[in-house]
This record gives sequence, structure tokens and C-alpha cells, in this order.
Amino acid sequence: MAPLLEVRNLRTDFRTGAGVVRAVDGLSYTVERGETIAIVGESGSGKSVGALSVMRLIPNPPGRITGGEVLFAGRDLMKLPEEAMREVRGGDIGMVFQEPMTSLNPVLTIGRQITETIEQHRGADRVAADRRAVELLRLVGMADPARRLKQYPHQLSGGMRQRVMIAIALACEPKLIIADEPTTALDVTIQAQILALMQNLTRRLDVALIIITHNLGVVARYAQRVNVMYAGRIVESGTAEQIYHNPRHPYTVALLRSVPRLDRPRQARLDPVEGQPPDLTRLDEGCAFRSRCRFAVASCARSAPPLDPTEEKGHLSACFRNHELGVAMASVA
Amino acid sequence: MTMVTPNPALSRASEEAQEIRRPFSAKVFGFIRRQPLGTVGIVIVVVITLAGIGANWIAPYNPISDHFSAMLQPPSWQHLLGTDQFGRDILSRIIFGARTALIVGLSSATIGGLSGLVLGVASAYFGGRLDLLIQRVLDIVMAFPLIIMALVIVSVFGTGVDNVIIAITIPLIPRCARVVRSSALSIREVPYIDAARACGFSHARIILRHMVPNVVAPFLIMVTAFVGQAILIEAALSYLGLGVQEPVPDWGLMLQGGAEEYAATAPWIAIFPGLAIMLAVFGANVFGDALRDVLDPRLRDR
Repeated sequence: MAPLLEVRNLRTDFRTGAGVVRAVDGLSYTVERGETIAIVGESGSGKSVGALSVMRLIPNPPGRITGGEVLFAGRDLMKLPEEAMREVRGGDIGMVFQEPMTSLNPVLTIGRQITETIEQHRGADRVAADRRAVELLRLVGMADPARRLKQYPHQLSGGMRQRVMIAIALACEPKLIIADEPTTALDVTIQAQILALMQNLTRRLDVALIIITHNLGVVARYAQRVNVMYAGRIVESGTAEQIYHNPRHPYTVALLRSVPRLDRPRQARLDPVEGQPPDLTRLDEGCAFRSRCRFAVASCARSAPPLDPTEEKGHLSACFRNHELGVAMASVA
Repeated sequence: MTMVTPNPALSRASEEAQEIRRPFSAKVFGFIRRQPLGTVGIVIVVVITLAGIGANWIAPYNPISDHFSAMLQPPSWQHLLGTDQFGRDILSRIIFGARTALIVGLSSATIGGLSGLVLGVASAYFGGRLDLLIQRVLDIVMAFPLIIMALVIVSVFGTGVDNVIIAITIPLIPRCARVVRSSALSIREVPYIDAARACGFSHARIILRHMVPNVVAPFLIMVTAFVGQAILIEAALSYLGLGVQEPVPDWGLMLQGGAEEYAATAPWIAIFPGLAIMLAVFGANVFGDALRDVLDPRLRDR
């Protein structure tokens, strides 16, 4: 069966005063029905722009999707007329944003913001939509949902607002939810709650989930497949297990080393990824990571390595030396 | 020594609960206590509105019939605010003048405000070339001084209440659009607009339901201030002979009739309509501020 979402060679440019920024530069990945995947990368790696491009929400100008296909349930979203695209947004694909404090409209009640989506996509009347909203709030674990419906966003805490955002994303029984850094603005304890909630609900309702994050720690427990993104493309893709225990791209290795871990001695120094993310206006034909890479060789400057399979099943890496790296890492560990 | 400090969260919660159960009279009283100035504004606006609507029943005399037996009388029990040079009762003329002021003030502020609101929000939301075009056209309109614009309109269409409304409305549009656009621009960048787009709403729906309510606070203050300004401009135009014509009772016209000739001998002819204009403008402005506080849910709970 065809995957639920297949992104093929997606390209998004921003025309700025300093030149054309290639924010997303040949992004490809797939999401199966009901699967949870993670897209991990540092700031500016194009993770959010990639997600917004899938929804065709890139502000134009200055942004423009210049190529690629996004096949969702057999249809290419890039070729849909705007009208049909509006049906997809919020109807087939729900979205949860980074900032729960500002992603809800301050002058509309919680209830109104949930029912609005239901009315838009399901043509439900006010009473039916209200009933569904109560049901949704109960689903996302809000106490006393009927009272919450009449409240305004400023009367809720950050975690509660993010629950409301999830309720809105779930309102029309979507097949896919894209969560763009859903926990970045929350307390650590609330982060775990929200992630557990999302995992629980997407499993129960058989909804696929894309978690976009810069935090590898988040990914470990919740995603079945992890895509590591760098300079607008996927550099490594595999199961969470593979990525953690057998990373095959120098960037992933560097990212993993920069995360504080409880199973290391407390005196151990963190090892940040050296150098700066590349200037996306001046990418050449070589590998974008080579200037920060400890393993770079001459061939890295000649062409960008393709995302090739490693010897492990379903594990892909865009590095010429990924086999050597596997051996080297095995000896270190 | 122990002091029992009330838990602020608890007391706030109980206040909130009381807010819901409080009877209407208590709410009114609470409003008066919190917004004394706003209450004054509301009273002034209500009094002027009632005077304008019920002028036929309230006014003690006919405002346009001359009484040459009672010219230039100072305030007395018979004529509370005195009479003018034609023997017309000034109180009655002020009451009827409220009607003219209200018609002109409300219609030009509403029409000008709403046009400006639509132009401003659309301009900010769509951005790009449409924004540029709308802003340049508004710049051109703003480049004309008000009086010149009024002169052109009056000389093309003639004098009268309708044309005064047009003459006042047109220059109000760009001023409203400017302010609304700047508020809307900042809202355009807030994530909930993206979130609304991610929910699949149409442009019209996002503009009307998500952007407009968020610029409504500055908009309302502006429109109520516009009511005051429009009343002032109308009085100015009538004073210059470009607005309402005699014998229609009008505050600006009353000033014109009384100011130069009778300033020393019968000052009440000019003082009372002047006071009426001042009070109306003041009331409208203060009313606007109170209205904003009431309508904004973020301010309402405090």
C-alpha cells in the first residue's frame, strides 16, 4: 500500500536582500498510516519551512515552493487548487504550532476556536459542533470541558493551551498531524505530558504524526522513525534505535554528543557541534556539512552524497564514509 | 506573631465566581466605581442622543420661528439659556442642534471608520502590491487639507447635511485605515493567523473573524474619537458657511451668528453652543476609552 504522505524532492526558496536562501533543498521522506516520525535538526535546518511547505503555508513573497511533489493519500498537494487545499488544511492534516501562548486567538473563546474548524470542514451546526468540542476537550484530558469552552485563552496555562491546540488539530478526524516543536515553549514536566498525550491519542485514533523538534531526547521515546535534517535536506533516516545506537552520519554523531546524558559521568564535558550552520545562500555542489565535519575528505567537496542505504534495513545515510563511520563508532562504543 | 495572608489565587477565583453571579445593578455600580470618567462620558453621550432623538418633545420652543418681541434676552426662567438676535430660544436650538450634530457625527464616523477598517486590514493582510497601491491612494487623499476638500465637495454638490457628511467622511477614511493597518500588520505576524490558515479558513473568514476582532479596540477608540472630531469639523464648516445652512438649528451656525456682533452685549448666544460642542466632543472621547476597556476580554477581568 502506498504511504500516507510521500514528500519527494521538495524545494522552497526565500528571496531576500542577501540572495536566494534555499531553506528546503530536495527534502524527501515518507510517513505511513498511523506512524509517528520525527524530523530533527538545529535552528535554520529547514524543518519548519519543510512542514509549512507541505501545507502550502509559505508566505509568498518572499517564499516560494520551487519544485517537488507532496503526495498525500494519492493526491499531489502541490497541484491542488487553493480551494481544495483549504479542505486539506485542518480537515485531512491538522497542525500544532510551537507557541501555545500565541497560537490561539486572544479574543475568541476556546469553544469558538474549536467549533469554527468543525463548522468549516464538517458543515456541522452550532449545537453538534459544541457537543463535539466538549468531547474533544475531554479527549485531550481537560477537566470540566463545558466550562472551559466559555473561557478565553489568557485564562488557561501554557500546557492547557497546547491541549486545546491538539483538540483543534484533532477536531476533524485528520489522517495526519504535523506538530512543529509542540513542546519547546513548555515546562519539562508538561512537555512529557503533552508528548505522552499526543502519542496516546494518535495511536488510539490511528492518526499519523510528524514531530518536528531540535531535541533528540524528545524523539527517543515517541517516534518510530527519525529523520535528521541538515541544510534543507535529510542526511540520515532510520528507526530511533538505529539513530541512537548506530548513527551513520557525522552530523547525527555530533548532535548526539552535544546532548547531556544521565548515563555519562557528571564531569564529562558536553561536546557542541562546532562551527556555524552553513549560509544557505551560498551552498555549492558539495556536502553542506563538510566544513564542520571531522571526517571530511576531498570527495565531499565535489558532490553532495546521496541518501543511500547502509547495510542495516531501513537505515539511510547521506555520507560517503558511512560504512567506515559505522566501524569507527562501534570501536568507540 | 503570625499573620494570615489571604491566598491571592483563591481570592481571585472567588471574585471570578462572584462576577458570574452578581446582579445587573451591582455590575453597573462596579463599572461606575472603576470607570468614573467613562461613566461621565456615557451620561453625556446618552443625554445628547436622547436630546437629538426627542428634540420635538423636549425643546420648550420652536427652534426656527423668530420672535422679534423677545430678541437678545439673557438667560431667565422663561428662556433658560436666553434668546438670540431673532428671538429664538437658545436651549431649543441647542437641543435640535444635537440632532444635526449626531446625524453628521455618527454617519461620517461610521462610514469613514468602516471603510478605513476594511481597507486597512485588507492592506495589511494581503501585503505586497495591493498594500502599496492602497497606501499610495490614501496618501493622496490625505494630502488635501480638510477645508479644501470640503470646499471642493460643497462647490460640486452644493451645501446641505448629506454633502457635509461626504466632505467629513472622505478625509476620515485614510486616517482610520492607517491606524488599523499598523495594528493589523503586527497581528498578521502572530502565529494564530498562521494557525487559522492551517485550519483551512478562507481569506475573508480570517480577516473578518480573526484579524478584525483583534484591531477592534484601537478601532473603537478611533471611531468614537471620530464622532467628536466630525462634530467639531461640522461645526467649523457650518461656521464658515460651507456646511448646514440657516435656518436649520446647528451648533456651528449658532456660533457664527452670535460670535462677532454680540460677543460683548449678548455673550450667551455664543457661549452655550460652544459649550455644547465642547461637551459633545469630550463625552465622545471618554466614552470611547470606556468602551474599549469593556470590550477587550484581556482588560475586562482585571
